Amino acid sequence: MTKTTAPKKSARPKPTKANLAKEAKTPANAKLTAEELIGFYREMVRIRRFEERSLRAYQQGKIAGFLHLYIGQESIAVGCVSLMEENDHVITAYRDHGHALAVGMSMDECMAELFGKATGCSKGKGGSMHYFDPSKNYWGGHGIVAGQTPLGAGLAYGLKYQEKKGCALCFLGDGAVNQGAFHESLNIASLWDLPVVYIIENNGYSMGTSQERSSVHPEAGIAVRADGYNMNWAKINGESLFDIREGVKKAMDLARDESKPSLLEIHTYRYQGHSIADANHKKYRSKEEIDDYRKNHDPIILYRDYLLESKLLDDDGIKEIDLAAKEEAEKSAAFAEQSEFPIEEDILKDVYWEEDNPDQKQSEGRIFFND
Amino acid sequence: MPEISYRQALKNAMIEELNRDENVVIIGEEVAEYNGAYKVTEGLLKQFGPKRIVDAPISEAGFIGMGIGASMLGIRPVMELMFWSFAYVAWDQIINNAASVRYMSGGKINVPIVIRGPANGGTGVGATHSHTPENFIANTPGLKVVCPSNPYDAKGLMKSAIRDNDPVYVMESTIMYNDVGEVPDEDYTVPLGKAKVTREGTDLSLIAHGPSVLVCLEAAEILKTEHDIDAEVVDLRSIRPLDEETIVNSVKKTSRAVLVEENKPFCGVDAQIAYLIQNQAFDYLDAPVQRISAIDAPAIYSPPLEKIQLPKANVVVKKVLEIC
Repeated sequence: MTKTTAPKKSARPKPTKANLAKEAKTPANAKLTAEELIGFYREMVRIRRFEERSLRAYQQGKIAGFLHLYIGQESIAVGCVSLMEENDHVITAYRDHGHALAVGMSMDECMAELFGKATGCSKGKGGSMHYFDPSKNYWGGHGIVAGQTPLGAGLAYGLKYQEKKGCALCFLGDGAVNQGAFHESLNIASLWDLPVVYIIENNGYSMGTSQERSSVHPEAGIAVRADGYNMNWAKINGESLFDIREGVKKAMDLARDESKPSLLEIHTYRYQGHSIADANHKKYRSKEEIDDYRKNHDPIILYRDYLLESKLLDDDGIKEIDLAAKEEAEKSAAFAEQSEFPIEEDILKDVYWEEDNPDQKQSEGRIFFND
Repeated sequence: MPEISYRQALKNAMIEELNRDENVVIIGEEVAEYNGAYKVTEGLLKQFGPKRIVDAPISEAGFIGMGIGASMLGIRPVMELMFWSFAYVAWDQIINNAASVRYMSGGKINVPIVIRGPANGGTGVGATHSHTPENFIANTPGLKVVCPSNPYDAKGLMKSAIRDNDPVYVMESTIMYNDVGEVPDEDYTVPLGKAKVTREGTDLSLIAHGPSVLVCLEAAEILKTEHDIDAEVVDLRSIRPLDEETIVNSVKKTSRAVLVEENKPFCGVDAQIAYLIQNQAFDYLDAPVQRISAIDAPAIYSPPLEKIQLPKANVVVKKVLEIC
């Protein structure tokens, strides 16, 4: 008998239930101050409120194209970015708002970018999938599945070439693991001992196709593929911010100290569709599954409960953070609304460095061909 | 002035830039220990060591994308493609990432990368290895592309490409690697976007780039000796940016133009040149602009037919005689 199609549907393997009180005592977390611990909560809530506000703006017709929301995955960006030092860099795919806010980009510039305004982080030229801020070591924001994975290797190569002690965090979705560019990148990273940490944010679905229907051996996970490249790998429970920090720190230390790459797989979940244009997201997975993750595995709720139980925050403190995040998101929408669109002349700017720096121009001839 | 080969001229450009800027690094398949599939990088590993001259696995998307990522941090990678035909497995990196990152970041990120290698037919390697993608590259805003046709330009354009802060793709030719010409020892550059009138003439303009320039020079000689027609030959050297002024001035002088390239006809580089001429020199034309491209089929293997498929001097002469 010939196997011609992958199995149709199956329940996604459940994550292990997090135990934050226990995981808070692991080496990467034991010395965190109250201020830092509360700060992580604030950052996760900020991302969620920003995403919820952007969803409303999308529904109001203020945002064009696709909007890939990060809701449900906030612990990953916040946990990973919290470990970054001066020479560490971040690059990700198109679900990029969370990482941008986590590295310190403002809600205003991020929301304005969604609205296509000149005040956006990319001057309205990139959109939702293409946020950038190299001044914060944030290199995008890339729209093609796995297209950023060789670039992540390149950031690590640059660090190594310049003899800087740091690493590149290259995020990707679980759908990216079947792209050739990803496998080429893993081979090169391992072959040349590049200080890169590939982090698969495994939310179970590459758009509408479950992992079981797209990747072989789903029961073993996908990080195990690193074995084929003689590369360190680990699976991490994404509902625990502390587990993320503990697991990712080990990989970052390996990169920084020994210039060795890693492949990490963080189990997570997105509550919204692949993008807001994904009308089928309650067809390829069950309502029960979505509800279960929301109720029992939400990284923000679990972390909030930990803060309350540890008496680091009380109910008022929680509400205060939430309110502040909502207000900040609301203000960013107003800022975006009031900002101006780029003007027609801006279309031809930022294409070539040389055209934008005419006093240093060496080339001659014509570069644009509009008439 | 010393006479050196096109291959040596490219290598000298890389040596000078490797010495000039410690961020320049050469990466590609077989560039180091094998000394280059076409020996363009011969001896560089010995001279500069394995940090600067790096052998890549056969993973064009991987290593070219890696070079793009490194260039965002200020490294200046000069990436060798063994053939430009192999670019297609790295197309997302070459077209999407290299060309768009600056734009999509609102000008915050530069990609000072060079990708170089041969892009030509005529060597009996069939359709998969004979592509000339300069038209695809020129169709992509954010990229620059040059096609040197002689040793002097090979060195001067390569040096300009390496110093440029935008992505510059250099199309060489395996057929021309052994061509010899005068090349100064000293530091000089040929600016991107500057065409050259290689042969002065008054009766018509033959406009070409890359190996087709040599075809035009041969045709011009035949036209002079056998038909008393005085052809001017314009070598574009750079496709994007494009030196429109030199093209238009030549056509205004001669009133006739035949455009010659190895590209296929549909949306080839010369389609743009033909548009340019009718747009800016319409009143000067005494005849329709003519084009000679590769015959519009995948590159054929059979050696005698491959010769026919590519532009040849006798075909250029015949076309010229139709309008002169």
